Formats: sequence, C-alpha cells, structure tokens
Amino acid sequence: MNEKELKFLTATADKIRLGIVKSTYAAKSGHPGGSLSITDVLAYLYFYKMNIDPNNASDENRDRFVLSKGHAAPGLYSTLANRGYFDISELEKLRKVDAMLQGHPDMKGTPGVDMSTGSLGQGVSAACGMAYFGKAFNKDYKVYTILGDGECEEGQVWEAAMFAGQKKLSNLRVIVDHNGMQIDGTLAEVNSPEPLDEKFAAFGFNVIKLDDAHDFNKIDAAFTAADEETNRPTAIIMESIKGKGVSFMENQVSWHGKAPNEEQCAIAVKEIEDRLAKEAE
Amino acid sequence: MKRATRESYGAALAELSKENDKLFVLDADLAEATKTITFKKACPERFIDCGIAEGNMIGVAAGLATCGATVFASSFAMFAAGRAFEQIRNSVCYPKLNVKIGATHAGISVGEDGATHQCLEDIALMRSIPNMVIVNPCDDIEAMQAVKAAAEYKGPVYLRFGRLAVEDLNNEDYEFTIGKGVLLRDGTDVTIIATGLPVGRSLKAAELLEKEGISARVVNIHTIKPIDREIIIESAKKTGLIVTVEEHNIIGGLGSAVSEVLSEEVPTKLCRVGINDTFGYSGPAEELLTRFGLDAEGIKTKIINALKTK
Ligand SMILES: Cc1ncc(C[n+]2csc(CCOP(=O)(O)OP(=O)(O)O)c2C)c(N)n1
Repeated sequence: MNEKELKFLTATADKIRLGIVKSTYAAKSGHPGGSLSITDVLAYLYFYKMNIDPNNASDENRDRFVLSKGHAAPGLYSTLANRGYFDISELEKLRKVDAMLQGHPDMKGTPGVDMSTGSLGQGVSAACGMAYFGKAFNKDYKVYTILGDGECEEGQVWEAAMFAGQKKLSNLRVIVDHNGMQIDGTLAEVNSPEPLDEKFAAFGFNVIKLDDAHDFNKIDAAFTAADEETNRPTAIIMESIKGKGVSFMENQVSWHGKAPNEEQCAIAVKEIEDRLAKEAE
Repeated sequence: MKRATRESYGAALAELSKENDKLFVLDADLAEATKTITFKKACPERFIDCGIAEGNMIGVAAGLATCGATVFASSFAMFAAGRAFEQIRNSVCYPKLNVKIGATHAGISVGEDGATHQCLEDIALMRSIPNMVIVNPCDDIEAMQAVKAAAEYKGPVYLRFGRLAVEDLNNEDYEFTIGKGVLLRDGTDVTIIATGLPVGRSLKAAELLEKEGISARVVNIHTIKPIDREIIIESAKKTGLIVTVEEHNIIGGLGSAVSEVLSEEVPTKLCRVGINDTFGYSGPAEELLTRFGLDAEGIKTKIINALKTK
C-alpha cells in the first residue's frame, strides 16, 4: 500500500465515521460503538481489497461480505453509501418507518447487503454456505465475514467453525472484532469465549493475529497473508477499540447501543471533520 | 403509573429475591434491556450472565431446576422462544421443570431494531408445547403479580413482556390468577378479547365505539394457555361477534386460541386483529402500532367493519 492509498483510506474511514454518527443521531437509536470499531476494516475491504462493483452488485463472481454482527449496520450502511451502492441521503432515514435502511441488514431491500443478519451467530454460517458454493463451482471469489467477540459466545459460531475447518473453506475469511466488550460489560465480566486464537486453530483455521485494527498497513499485511493460505479457512483476530474515532465513545461499554444526542453529535462531527481537514493538508 | 412490563419484571424479581434463596435469574448479555439488572443489583449472588448463548442458558436453567431451584431465564422473545425453542421443549417442558422464560421485547413495539428483533411468533411456538403456561400481562400491576404467581407455580411458564411503557389499567386491589380472564368492561354488541399491550388500546377503542353508539365488552386474556374457556363462551353468547387483538401474528396466537374455543363450543363470528402474517420493519414503536392497526382508531375501524358482517 503506497502513501496515496493510505491517505485515501484514512480519509474514507473518517467519512464513514461521519455517516455512522449522523445516522444514529438522526435515528435516535442504533449501535455506534461496534460500528466504529470495524470502520477501518470496512473501508479497507470495500475501497481496496474486495472484488466488487456497486454498479453490478449481484455479480455472481463478486467477493461476498456478511456482517455477522448485524447490529453494526450503521457502519456497513455508511460504507456502502460512500462506495456508491445507494444515495448517501438514505443514511438520515435509518431506522425510520418506510426507510430502506433497517435496524439490522436486510438483503432484499438494500443494495450491497449480501445477507440479512441481526440475530448473532447466524451470519457466519451463511458465509460458510457462500464459501462452500464457491468451492463447489470453482469460483474464485472470497467470502469475508465479521463476527463480534461477544458473538463468539454463541454455540452456532463454533458449529460454523467446525464446518469451515472440516470442509477446508480456504476462500473464507472470518474476522473477529476483538474489542473486548459486549453489552453487559467486558467479555471477562460476562462469559468469556477466550482464547479465541487457540479455539479457531483447534477447529482447523489458519489464525492471523492483527494487533491493530486501525492501522491500514497492518490490516493489509494480515489480509495479504490470508491470501497465501490455500488449504484452510482463515480467522483474523483483530484488536480493535470499540467506539474508535470518536474520543468520548472509545472503550465505553455504554456506547454499545445508544445514539448520540444533538450536542454529542455536534462534538463528534467536529472532531471527525477537523481530522479530515488536517488529513487533506 | 406508566412503565414497560419489562421494568415490572426486573422489579418483581428483585422483590422475590428476599423470599426465595433458591431463586436464580439468568440472562444472555441483555440484563440492561430485559431489566434483570434490577435483580442483579438486589441479589448478585443468584444472578448468572450466560453471555450470548441462549440455547445453553435454557439448558443450564433446566439443570439448576433439577436441583430444586426456581429459575427465571431471560432474553428478548426472539432469542428465547425463537433461538432456544427446542431446548425449551425438550429440556424444560418435557421434564416439566421449574423454569420460567422471561421474554422481553416481544411484538412490533420493539420499534427501531426492526424485523429480526420483533418476535411475532412466540405465542404460537410456546402454545404448541405441552406443559407450558403462557402469560402476557397488560400493565405494571398485572406484570408484577404475574411474575410472583409464576414463581409460586411449579412448572414451566413463558412470560411475555414489552419494551414500550404502558399505562396502568388495573387498580392496586387487582388480583391476578393464572388462567383466569378479566372482564374490564361490559357491553352487548361485540366483545374485544385482547392480551398484553393492546389491552389498553382496546379499552380506548371501546370508548370511541361508545361515542358511535356501539356497546363493546372488553376482556383481558393475560393467560393464553391454559385459556379461560368460560369467559370466552360467555362473551360469545352475550355479544355474538368476537374480535381478538394481539401484538403477534394472527396465525397461532390469541386469535387462534380463541377461535379453537369458539368453534368447539359456540361457533361465533370471529375477527382477528394482529399482524397479518408479515414481518415487521423499523420505526418508532407508536408509529408502527398505528401502521399495523393496533392503535385505538385502528382497532375501532376493524370492529366497525366486522360489525357490518354480523
Ligand atoms: C442471538 C442474539 N442474542 C442477543 C442479541 C442482542 N445483542 C445485540 S449486540 C449484542 C452484544 C454483541 O457483542 P459483540 O458481539 O462483542 O459486538 P460488539 O461489542 O463488537 O458490538 C447482543 C447481546 C442478538 N442480536 N442476537
């Protein structure tokens, strides 16, 4: 990744963050914390890595993306809007009556959404199905899915992992958003699924540890390394910060499922816009 | 008072913690939302956060119950009745264990979270399992008593609570009995049989109807199983036309349960008001209730139309 690309992705991620803050503010509800922790990886996947075309959103050879932690929908929607799948003005209608953008991703209503999710644990299984189909028909697309670390408490996640490992779904990338938090507290306070790396390895995965989910060079290195694995599915366990990029939301369990009020929205928007202005210099 | 029945659930559990030291409350990473947080604060040593693993939570509840515990296992209705359906059937209801399912965020009034979280099928699912008792309280007073009655009852109970605040309809001297319907208002032209949140709106609809010269009887069926057959038969004989109102798919819920009684005992014209076999969508709760015809005006209109066919 060169300097120019790095700059572009950094700015793109901040534009996505703006959309997350503004859309949840407008909706008066939604999940900013877990959207902001995956923003950089979404920017990387949709603006650099994945083989996709917003003008041909259902191309059968496209790479697939499944947001298994479906509550991070504002992050996905802002990414898709910025990438040109639909008009950015849709973000303001998030979660409202008759809006295209539902509280959780709806594949039949929203261009670019490859799978309907929202019930934790289910998306990763669907991603396995997509990867299996790709193998069965010798397609060279890849399937990316993002899981929450709290989501990894669901038994279904491990049923999916068993399936992917046993069927050698090397075209599958399971990304775990390891921000250490869920709703009732930290993973350790609730029902910790750790150690995640050893568990995925035991299920037959190639495990890559990404120690900073907000550093594009490191993100790129992790996903490039994943492409070298030809026999096993890959799990990328990425260390992230819940609420990343909005200072008062960072590492706060309380920002899991709460929208910013008018004042908080203004502070967050200013913070991000200032950063964008600086980046543009 | 006006508060959501999920708040009543948490408050009643906290009170019960003082009376029963074998009372356990389980949750699946939603304590803030289901309001079991209130119990957790009162009695942290009997609160277990099982994490986002609803199937396992029900199994753990069953195991605790085999040792003599009274267990309330909580999550959103979608992930309790939905995700853990088979664990509830085979590990709780088949052995008739003393496990109560505290299912919050039921129905369309979940609002903004949208279709994946708006459970409209739970009554149908739970109703089809032998040994299950189903209670869907309509206000704080009824919900508080229902939780306590469930704790006293030996066996599985499915308690259905809402996210949205509801006005009190019952007085402080109200007495809740599992399986006993409540006559809230007498009338002669039509009987509205409602459960849960729509009970209040049905009463308002009856007031609107009165202004148009229509006399509506209103019955609160808080216990959908075992259902109070007597009050349904009596209402049918008295008013003819029956209209059921529920925040659930019209297939398999209160409307179906009432129609079974009617067709077996006193064949009577029935109109089912609820969600017409579709998924919900995102939006503010009150707006959605209006959209789906579950506000007082919507209920009134359906009744007027039904009366034309009487
Ligand atoms: C099956 C299921 N159970 C419960 C929920 C409610 N819920 C939504 S988000 C969440 C916590 C998720 O934590 P995590 O996966 O770590 O996501 P993140 O912290 O990254 O947002 C819960 C319990 C759900 N959506 N699906």
